[in-house]
Amino acid sequence: MNAIEVKKLNLYYSQLHALKDVHLECPARQVAALIGPSGCGKSTLLKSINRMNDLIDGCRVEGSVLVNGEDVYIPGYDVVELRKRVGMVFQKPAPFPMSIFDNVAYGPRLHGKYSRLELKELVEKALRDVALWDEVKDRLTKSALGLSGGQQQRLVIARVLAVKPEVILMDEPASALDPIATGRLEELIIELKKDYTIVIVTHNLQQAARISDQTSFVLHGEVVETGPTGAIFTRPRDSRTEAYITGRFG
Amino acid sequence: MKGAKDWREMIGWSSLWLAAGLSVLSLGAILWYILSRGLSAVSLEFLTQAPRRLGSEGGIFPTIVSTLYVTAVAMAMAVPVSLGTAIYLREYMRPSPAERLIRFSLQVLAGIPSIVFGLFGFTFFVIKLRMGFSVVAGGLTLAIMVLPTLIRAFEEAIATVPREYREASLALGADRWQTVRRIVLPTANPGLLTGIVLAIGRAVGESAAVILTAGSAMRMPVFPTDQARTMTVHLYILATEGLSDVHAYGTAAVLIVMVLLLNQLTTVTRARRRGEPRTR
Repeated sequence: MNAIEVKKLNLYYSQLHALKDVHLECPARQVAALIGPSGCGKSTLLKSINRMNDLIDGCRVEGSVLVNGEDVYIPGYDVVELRKRVGMVFQKPAPFPMSIFDNVAYGPRLHGKYSRLELKELVEKALRDVALWDEVKDRLTKSALGLSGGQQQRLVIARVLAVKPEVILMDEPASALDPIATGRLEELIIELKKDYTIVIVTHNLQQAARISDQTSFVLHGEVVETGPTGAIFTRPRDSRTEAYITGRFG
Repeated sequence: MKGAKDWREMIGWSSLWLAAGLSVLSLGAILWYILSRGLSAVSLEFLTQAPRRLGSEGGIFPTIVSTLYVTAVAMAMAVPVSLGTAIYLREYMRPSPAERLIRFSLQVLAGIPSIVFGLFGFTFFVIKLRMGFSVVAGGLTLAIMVLPTLIRAFEEAIATVPREYREASLALGADRWQTVRRIVLPTANPGLLTGIVLAIGRAVGESAAVILTAGSAMRMPVFPTDQARTMTVHLYILATEGLSDVHAYGTAAVLIVMVLLLNQLTTVTRARRRGEPRTR
């Protein structure tokens, strides 16, 4: 079962044709990596899954994106509902300037009525899931801005988990982190795929090789090739993929 | 070469220093001049009693109340309208002819001398809407006058909220309004407060716009339809009618201290808010 199916997707920023006839299938409970040089459209492709591109002026989309079988680009589709189902982690961790607890409780408070106790349990579970609970349990009411970069990124993931999404999109989540924090994040991603489908954009080829099950190479707005990560890195079918992973460009 | 460079550096540095020094000096001189002459007139009696003999004796209590009353009415009208406008311009509107028109009108509004607002308030609120010289007429006129300042300040405060916060909130399934209410406004709060204080300062210090709309009766205003003589108007009349220099300076000193205290208030609330997360 594919959690995500992108079919014949074309995306334009005003005149710029940013995504060209893109096809992509991401199996459920796996990590799918999108790799490619800067400006190739991999972040745009990622953001078309939770329709964050809607926020950009002059952005136009043709084709379809199916999340667990449902086309999210049909007219009148509830974008708020979509973003509950498809969480997103950004490049720069951006915890809100409020307490650690309030950060994680932000999504649940938006979407439902929870009692204080339910909310506390929900926050604790989300923080345990990202292995942050033991580090912050004594300072839940303190500002989230006091956490380290790695802790902030895990907090932001906990904030996404608290909304109970089906899919998590990650846009270069480790690019602002040091190697140790990156290592912990990668462990976390592998842990999370037991319950969630993850699509990750990364610049770091080793990272893609370490954590993903499937890798897609994106170039000039096209998905050149998608395959099992091992196969892509050892015997790519397309010469452009081979050139990229062997470091001849990008 | 090196000598020439040092020399140029010297000139640059000293002219900047001179400019800064001149600003501080002239402001300090005015402040010292007014406070030294005015504070001697200020006493408990001056602050708490009604004026007698046209203001040459007694105190200024009703004018303090009038000032606060008119300003409160102005803020009650102007703050919600300005906040709404600023949010709309920053968070909802995309660049368009309508947006440019709104900004152009605001610029024009900001450039109008206050006496013109007074004239407008007089013909529209006082005469046409039959409000008479009153606290409401004065308050509404001031409200229109401070709109551009307030909208500008609110817009700038909202613009300091990082884009990442909005994106993160929207990506969690919040809609635009929820994002504005729960993320943008709380984060912009210190800046919003500063804007309000600046606007209050302008309203409290305004005389031309209120003399034509709030009137100059010395009685204590009770109802919004009563006349009100604000401190600036009182000061103006005392000075132009040659009634009492001492009381004019006394009024000025109280006015200045009030505005200074107000500005102090924001720095205190700012310091308190900084770093302290919201919890429920």
